[in-house]
Amino acid sequence: MDEAELIGAARSGDREAFDELVRRTFVDTFTLARRLTGNEEDARDVVQESYLRAWRAIGKFRGEAQFSTWMYRITANTASTHLRRRKRHRAEPLDNVVEPAEERPELQPSPAVESVDSLQRIGAALDELPPKLRVLVVLKDVYGLPHEAIAEELGISVPAAKVRLHRARRKLRDLLYEEGAEAHAV
Amino acid sequence: MRCDEVAALLPSLVDGVDETNLAAERHVQRCLRCQTDLVRYRKLVRNLELLRTRYIEPNPGLLAETLAALSDAAERGAVRTLVTSRRLAYAGAIGGTVATAATALLIARSRRRGALRVLAS
Repeated sequence: MDEAELIGAARSGDREAFDELVRRTFVDTFTLARRLTGNEEDARDVVQESYLRAWRAIGKFRGEAQFSTWMYRITANTASTHLRRRKRHRAEPLDNVVEPAEERPELQPSPAVESVDSLQRIGAALDELPPKLRVLVVLKDVYGLPHEAIAEELGISVPAAKVRLHRARRKLRDLLYEEGAEAHAV
Repeated sequence: MRCDEVAALLPSLVDGVDETNLAAERHVQRCLRCQTDLVRYRKLVRNLELLRTRYIEPNPGLLAETLAALSDAAERGAVRTLVTSRRLAYAGAIGGTVATAATALLIARSRRRGALRVLAS
């Protein structure tokens, strides 16, 4: 079955069809959740909650966008809610949660100009950003979502989204290119 | 514009020039230091785009856990729907019975009043 057929079946309540959509998009959705949250534990919660929300809302999905793009928006919204809730309930700071990511370079089309090491360093720098800034840079610069969609999912204005992206890029630039980091510049 | 003023605008200059950063763009064209910084931002954004297809492998078992959670949620949803429809059916049956009883009572009363009027006359 192609994606449109699976979506049609899932919209009619076919769980098997929805499970197949989950299987096809799982690594992609998990990767986004991991990049948004900055750690494995939160990513697990976010990815599960995102698919539950998607199952409940599949009847409203018209199929104008790809299923994976629809999942990006749901995941962004879920991660935003999760991180807000987490901040309220936990005492430890969220800004410096850094855990090693188990990335699979063998799955990736190897970038022609950048080394795997450079990209890992950027991934680690992303994890060091405060969650509010990290979400913006991940959704806009990594996943290419428009400012309007990001603002809608995060419940902020478009100008606020642009300002946060601006700050996030500056912070990343500082982390990667400031003195000391210069020796490892990517 | 001075370099420090331009530095604050460089992150948005990566996305293109508009009326808000036109002056900064003019400065960058003749300032090597700011050009170097802008190149860094461009490289950063290009590398971030490359992360898009660099997948992170979830722990084994997470997919199965997620599918199981979906199954539970779907079953709970189905049970809730069943209970709701049964409740609606019971409520409908009770409502129908009450309405029938009330109608029968009204008819009986009106007949009784009619009989009393006949007797009185």
